[in-house]
Amino acid sequence: MQNTLITLSLIIPLAPLAGALLAGLFGKTIRRSGAHWVTIIGVAVSFICSVLVFKYVIIDDFNGGKFTYVVYQWLQSDNFDFHIGFLIDGLTAVMLLVVTFVSLMVHIYTIGYMKDDPGYQRFFSYIALFTFSMLMLVMADNFLQLFFGWEAVGLVSYLLIGFWYKKETAIFANLKAFLVNRVGDFGFLLGIAGVLYFADSLNYAEVFAHAEKTKFSGQVIQIIPGVDWSAITVICILLFIGAMGKSAQVPLHVWLPDSMEGPTPISALIHAATMVTAGIFMVSRMSPLFVLSETAMTMVLLVGAITALFMGLLGLVQNDIKRVVAYSTLSQLGYMTVALGTGAFAAGMFHLMTHAFFKALLFLGAGSVIIAMHHQQDMRKMGNLKKYLPITYWTALIGSLALIGFPGFSGFYSKDIIIEATRALAGHSQSGIAQFAYFSVLAGVLITALYTFRMFFMVFHGKERMDDHTKSHLKEPGWVVTGPLIFLAIPSLLIGLVTIAPMLFGGYFSNSIQTPEYNVLGEIEKHMDGGFGVGAFTLHGLLQPPFILALTGIALAWFFTLKRPDYAESLKKGLKPLYLILVNHYFFDRVYQAVFAGGARKVGNILWNVGDRKIIDGLVINGSARTIGLFSRVFRKLQTGYLFHYAMVMVLGLLGMLTWLVWPVVKGVFNGV
Amino acid sequence: MTGIGLQECLFLAALLFCISIAGIFINRKNLIVLLMCIELMLLAINLNFIAFSYFSATISGQIFVFFILTVAAAEAAIGLAILVTLYRNRQTINVADLDEMKG
Amino acid sequence: MEFKEIILTVLILTPIIGGIFALLVSEKLTRSVALVFALLTFALSIPLYTQFDTEFSDTKSAKIELYKANPAERVARFELKKPWIESFNINYHVGVDGLSMPLIILTTFITILVILSAWQVIKIRPKQFMAAFLIMEGIMIGVFVALDAVLFYLFWEAMLIPMFLIIGIWGGPRKVYATIKFFLFTFFGSVFMLVALIYLYTKTPGSGSFSILDFYHLTLTPLEQMYIFIAFLLAFAVKVPMWPVHTWLPDAHVEAPTGGSVILAAIMLKIGGYGFLRFSLPITPGGSADLAWLVILMSLIAIVYIGLVAIAQRDMKKLIAYSSIAHMGFVTLGFFVIFAVMQVNIKAGATEADAIIKGAALAVEGGIVQMISHGFISAALFLCVGVLYDRMHSREIQDYGGVANTMPVFAAFAVLFSMANAGLPGTSGFVGEFMVILGTFKANFWYAFLAATTLILGAAYSLWMVKRVFYGEVANDKVAALKDINKREFLILFLLALTVLFFGLYPNPLLTVLHDSVNGLLIHVQSKL
Repeated sequence: MQNTLITLSLIIPLAPLAGALLAGLFGKTIRRSGAHWVTIIGVAVSFICSVLVFKYVIIDDFNGGKFTYVVYQWLQSDNFDFHIGFLIDGLTAVMLLVVTFVSLMVHIYTIGYMKDDPGYQRFFSYIALFTFSMLMLVMADNFLQLFFGWEAVGLVSYLLIGFWYKKETAIFANLKAFLVNRVGDFGFLLGIAGVLYFADSLNYAEVFAHAEKTKFSGQVIQIIPGVDWSAITVICILLFIGAMGKSAQVPLHVWLPDSMEGPTPISALIHAATMVTAGIFMVSRMSPLFVLSETAMTMVLLVGAITALFMGLLGLVQNDIKRVVAYSTLSQLGYMTVALGTGAFAAGMFHLMTHAFFKALLFLGAGSVIIAMHHQQDMRKMGNLKKYLPITYWTALIGSLALIGFPGFSGFYSKDIIIEATRALAGHSQSGIAQFAYFSVLAGVLITALYTFRMFFMVFHGKERMDDHTKSHLKEPGWVVTGPLIFLAIPSLLIGLVTIAPMLFGGYFSNSIQTPEYNVLGEIEKHMDGGFGVGAFTLHGLLQPPFILALTGIALAWFFTLKRPDYAESLKKGLKPLYLILVNHYFFDRVYQAVFAGGARKVGNILWNVGDRKIIDGLVINGSARTIGLFSRVFRKLQTGYLFHYAMVMVLGLLGMLTWLVWPVVKGVFNGV
Repeated sequence: MTGIGLQECLFLAALLFCISIAGIFINRKNLIVLLMCIELMLLAINLNFIAFSYFSATISGQIFVFFILTVAAAEAAIGLAILVTLYRNRQTINVADLDEMKG
Repeated sequence: MEFKEIILTVLILTPIIGGIFALLVSEKLTRSVALVFALLTFALSIPLYTQFDTEFSDTKSAKIELYKANPAERVARFELKKPWIESFNINYHVGVDGLSMPLIILTTFITILVILSAWQVIKIRPKQFMAAFLIMEGIMIGVFVALDAVLFYLFWEAMLIPMFLIIGIWGGPRKVYATIKFFLFTFFGSVFMLVALIYLYTKTPGSGSFSILDFYHLTLTPLEQMYIFIAFLLAFAVKVPMWPVHTWLPDAHVEAPTGGSVILAAIMLKIGGYGFLRFSLPITPGGSADLAWLVILMSLIAIVYIGLVAIAQRDMKKLIAYSSIAHMGFVTLGFFVIFAVMQVNIKAGATEADAIIKGAALAVEGGIVQMISHGFISAALFLCVGVLYDRMHSREIQDYGGVANTMPVFAAFAVLFSMANAGLPGTSGFVGEFMVILGTFKANFWYAFLAATTLILGAAYSLWMVKRVFYGEVANDKVAALKDINKREFLILFLLALTVLFFGLYPNPLLTVLHDSVNGLLIHVQSKL
């Protein structure tokens, strides 16, 4: 069994890598069809192996549901061991399934979406490479490999956002995405350094054992000299800064909306389903550390709540179909972060999973609309597409209902449990931040329903606002596009219903996620009479404020987009300042652009021109040369060029030296006299 | 021959030497004069050699003088040759005009 | 004589003889001759790694005592000692340890690429060009293997001559200014080193000795150590180069031909870092400890200040030159942060030698890995600029744009190397920075904080350049007419890409040869504090 698992766990990441290398390096030889076949087969093999691994490790409960394997030693220095290795437990197994499944769907979908693109092979190579990197990230058994995968997905994201490298906006967006992510990684790397310093290892097992044994008690760090800070709080906050970059939490969220410049399949795969959730995964993975620091947890909660509420609001004013979905992704990531902040790590992971399916579905649906509309993304130029794209319509409806948390759909279970968890925490802790988080997630429900169905109604219902040429070509894309939509719609509908009980209340994560002292999920279970039941939970959801808020949101969306669009316009005018703030994304982009991008360039220029050129080179280096020149201008006058002058000086010198030599003798003679 | 001793010879040699040095300093016109002064300087030294050789009754000083005379002759020949070339190129042998090395 | 004894001498002489041959043969043949000798030298340097004795690696055991008793022990591999100038007790004394051996292989490897890169490009005086590089290779190997201070100084200064000629003859429009600046800067530094070496000679017992290994045994007063350390610092800081004596480097790089830039960045800068390990730390541990704050400060300024300056550059070569300075900041930071790490350990109650140096080796080894890795990456980047310069005769970023459209294969390589320059994990650029940051965190949070800004700054200047040069629409007709790289250029970049990826994915083979020497060095330094 051990050997089978080793083989499987090696195949899981390596199969997509092989596909990526074949498609990337030999793209010309294997042609377009070859490129998509090798990568799809690679990812499919990886998916099958993930299912098998899930069966062996989780269902058959291999070694208590935990499998570890060291592949090779990366480096060893100072008796620290850094290696590449795999850890497969409940947490990883879920991620493996989600990543490989969504990736497989996106691969198939891409055949249709990119079919006219000259960079076909390159694209397949990149997404397969992304799958490899993401799998390495989730399978890591140490911080080093986690960081490897972390940066590698960032790299592929960079390459894919800038896939159409001729487009000025795309190459601006990818640079921005990479740099903002790097700001997060900056914190993350320092956090890792802190872990190594305080726990003397980078391997999860040893770090977590250290955490459990010592609780980091007494370990302090002085960031401001003289002030002792708890080491674990500093470490957790630094690690969370990494998560904020990758999972696009305020204030490091600015890159995600811009990343929509990339082709839609990668928006679905990378910027909705998998990569952006790496931060959530990482914090869940680090739960044994995070539970030790209440301060860090509060920070997580606050950041999540801000993101969930304020990023959702931005979705209301967007007209680009992909950007609406992007802002909804930001907001949903905020929900996940709130879940982590309440200590319900499992709920965060659960929402991550359901979100991966329905958000990938929504993005691919948006992509299907974009193909049909000939790469028109402006919703104001769409309308009544229901008539032309029935499959897209129905799957998008499922996705939208799942997103707003309509009871019965997968999003309902995951989102409602987060709301419940926040309520439990708000009731327990009385802290203002918890109250704010509860308000945010509740208000978020209304906003989510509003922007989701605003988009839905604008695209699929109402008047046909496209031009005649587009209209004459409108038709549903082929099966490679609709097939993945249907396959993603199924889990979007059902996965929550099926898995909520085992995942959250069945102890599925018991060996991979640590629960904090105040276990909110346990509290929720306690409040349910006779344990957790799916049916009861669903019914109970029908009577709760979130459901009413969601219905209100749909109704408002219907009213403002279909019934009385003119009201939306007058509202826009009436609330002009608010509207301006929203369309400018709270001015984050402008401020960052001016302060950080512009500032760095300005400071760099000043340092170069003044520091290097004027002071060091001008004053010190060329200055000393000038000083020497100045002296020589005076002394060169001595060189008259006349032979007789030289001869005279020579003779005078000779005389002087002779006198100096002879003087003692002369003096002796006189003294003798 | 009682009046002339070593002192008188050395005095004469020193006198010749000083005259030649003065010639080098003061002469600013003709390069040939300069060459002659250098020759004179050599002769002054030769005189010293001969005087010492004679009064200390050793022959080696006089042998040196023969060598020096030979070398001086060669030197004068080369010097004159350079001078001729110089004149051809610059149309002057005026010492004051030769200030190529001026800083 | 045994192979192990003569191999280092052979390594010095082979390229020099090759250089003479390259001068003697006809212009047609000179390239092939140079390549053959470069390959031969590389082949000869391989046994240094394969037959390297790592059995001392077990540092935990009684070896600690051995290191303390005889710090010379760890340098004496492939050793050869013959009297040279006996009246001053100067010997021809060569040998390597884990600190110098990887640098020698780096030198022999990079020289091959330089000769390949100049294959068609150098039209004037190709014989002299090839000869200069081969002779310089021999001299640089000499610097790394010399164990006698006079021999070291000889090679150290001799190295300047070929480089002076390379920039001065085959350089760009402002080559005279650049060469003189380069020469005067380095010469300024090294005279102080000469004074220090002579002073150390007078301090050695008996009739005096110039052996570096004998210097290790000296016990100097704190004041002496301070002065000698400053003298060494002046020499090595200029070479590294450290802020504020760095301004010769951008000028030299911009004016140097591609091959010259490659050697300059890949190997010459490393000699400064190597000097700190070979001289400053073991000979003046006290002085190093006292002035470590200064070196750390200069390193951190190099990382942050120069990183920002690099963003502002408009000339590709200047940008890479500044990024080199920033990356070399990690090297010196890693070397000198060890004293702060030891302080932390002592404060935590460590008394035994191996407990006191715990965590220091990570930083030092990180610095060394950074040197090697930077050798590959900067070489690759300069070769990339060379590829573009050969076609467009411009290094200005604004003359380019959308190169990826016309040169897709080349663009792929350039993006890879830029990513490596930005320290992406999986490339060798990450390993050293990662180790140094991890090691530095222990010393002081803010050191690590400032050092880690390179994550952002490095990405900013590398990728912004990529964006402006490679991405976007085709900027002008000249770019539209560009042809993708030929087989020769492909081979060079491919070899470098392989190396960069190999050391990024599996750096351990490099680390195994370092442990022994680094631990020996640290124990030696610690015992003399």
